Amino acid sequence: MKRSWWPGIITALVLVFFYAPIAMLVANSFNASRFGGQWEGFSWKWYEKLWEADDVWEALRTSLKIAVLASLASMILGTLAALVLHKFRSVLQKAHLGLITVPLMMPDILMGMSLLLLFVAMSVPTGFGTILIAHITFCLSYVTMVVLARLQDFDFTIIEAARDLGANAWQTTTRVLLPLLAPGIVAGGLLAFTLSIDDYVITFFVQGAGTTTLPLRIYSMMKVSRNMPMINALSTLMLAVTFAVVGLGFWLGKRGAGGAAK
Amino acid sequence: MAWLVVFFVVPALIVFVLAVRPSDALGGAGEGWTLDHLQAITDETTRGIWWRTLWIGIVTALACVVVAIPVSLAMARAGGRWRHLLLLLVVIPFWTSFLIRIFAWKSLLHPQGSISQLMQWLGVIDDGGVLLYNNTSVVLVMIYTQLPFAILPLYAAAEKFDFTLLEAARDLGASRWKAFTAVFIPGIGRGIGAAALMVFVATIGMYVVPDIVGGTDTEMIGNKIAQRVQGDRNLPEAAALSAALLAAVMVLLGLGWWNQKRAQRMEATPS
Repeated sequence: MKRSWWPGIITALVLVFFYAPIAMLVANSFNASRFGGQWEGFSWKWYEKLWEADDVWEALRTSLKIAVLASLASMILGTLAALVLHKFRSVLQKAHLGLITVPLMMPDILMGMSLLLLFVAMSVPTGFGTILIAHITFCLSYVTMVVLARLQDFDFTIIEAARDLGANAWQTTTRVLLPLLAPGIVAGGLLAFTLSIDDYVITFFVQGAGTTTLPLRIYSMMKVSRNMPMINALSTLMLAVTFAVVGLGFWLGKRGAGGAAK
Repeated sequence: MAWLVVFFVVPALIVFVLAVRPSDALGGAGEGWTLDHLQAITDETTRGIWWRTLWIGIVTALACVVVAIPVSLAMARAGGRWRHLLLLLVVIPFWTSFLIRIFAWKSLLHPQGSISQLMQWLGVIDDGGVLLYNNTSVVLVMIYTQLPFAILPLYAAAEKFDFTLLEAARDLGASRWKAFTAVFIPGIGRGIGAAALMVFVATIGMYVVPDIVGGTDTEMIGNKIAQRVQGDRNLPEAAALSAALLAAVMVLLGLGWWNQKRAQRMEATPS
C-alpha cells in the first residue's frame, strides 16, 4: 500500500516549529546587533555583559541551592512513597496514588496559590524556606512516578534470596534494594533538579523579599527590552547545561536498563 | 514498616490539604464569612476574562490535537531508529526552560525581530508593525508550549493501533482519506480525548504566556489571580478565582478518569 507523505511532511514542519525559535535565540546570542533582525557580526559582548551582572549569578546561586536541596529531599521521600505504593494495594494506597498523580496534571498556578494560602494561614513568612517546601512538593510526584516505573519490573525474589541468606531487613535494603533502584532514583532526582531550577509560576507565588531565583530574575529582565540580548546569552548557557544533564540522565537510564537485562 | 506508612501519608496529606485549601479559604483571610468575592469573580469584566480563557483553551486544544494526529501517525509508522530519534526530539522541549522558549518567541515577534522584519520586507504588515500583545500571539505561543503534551498521549495511542486495519479498509475500497477518518481516528479516540484534556487543562491555568506575549486586552484567569496576589494583595478574591478554576479542573480530570475507567471496563467484558 502506498503511504501518504502528509504525516511525514507535517512532522518535519512541527520539528522546525519546535526548534527554529530556539536556534534563532542561540544564534542571536552571538549577534553584535541589539535586536535579532540583522546579523551584524559575531560577538562575545553579551556574554561579557552577562559575566558582569552580579545579580544574575546571585540568583543562580539561590536557584542551585534550592534545586539541590529539593531534589535530594524529593529523592528520599519519592523513593519511600514508591516503595509503599508498590508494596501495598489497599484503598488507602489507591488514594495515595491519586494524590501523587493529580499534581502532575494540576496547573502550576493552582498549586502556587494553594501553597501560598497555606503559608499565609499558618503565618509562615515567605522566603527561602517556603520556596524550598513548594519545590519539594511538586518534585515529589515526578520522582515517585519514575521510581515506581522502575519498581514495576523489579525482581523481588532477589530480596527474598537475601533474607534467606541471613541478611537482616536493614542490610537487605541498603545492600540489595537501594543499589538496584539507584539508576531510577538518580533519574528521578535529575528530573526534579531540572524542574526545580526551571520553575517560575509556583516560585512567583511563594517568593519573599530577599530571595530571588534565576527564573524570577530572568522574568523581570524580560520586561525590559534593553536586556534582551543578555537573556539570549544566558538562555544559550542554560540550554547547554540542560542538554548535558539530559544526556547524563539518558546515559544513566541506559546503563540501568543494561544492568537489569543481564 | 508502619513508620514508613505514617511517613508517606504526611507528605501525601500535605498535598491533599493544599489542594482543598482554596475552597475553604473563601473569606478566610479577613474576619467572618462573605459571598462578596463570588460576586467579584462573576462581574462583567471578569466574565469576559472567563470567556477568553475558555475560547483560548478550546482553540489551543483543537489546534494541538489536529497537528498532533498526523505527527503521531508518522511516529508510530517510523522504523525503530527513526522512531527513537523522533520521540527524543519531541521530548527535549519538555526539558528546556519554559521561560526561554516563550522568550524565544517574544524576540522573534518583536518589532525588530526576524519574523516582523521578514513580514515588513514582504509588505504584509506596516513598518514597526506589532505582532505581539494580541490574541493571535497568545494562541500561537500557547500552541508552541503545549504541542509536545498533545503528541505524547496520541503517540502512545497510535503505537498500539493495528495498522493492518488501515490496509483492510483500503482493500475494501475506501479512499486514503476515508480510511484515515473512519478507521484511524476512531481507533485512537481515547488518545485524542486524553491529549485534548491535558492541553485544555494546562491552557486555562496558564499565566506566563499571556503575561509575556499578551497585552492588556488578552488577560486570562491566571493573570487575574496573579494580580490579586502580587498586585493589590487581595488574597480572598484570588482564592475565590482559584477555587472556581480548581473546581473546573477537578471536574474535567474526573470526567477524563471516569471515561478511561469506562473504556477499560468495556474492553474487559468479552464481546
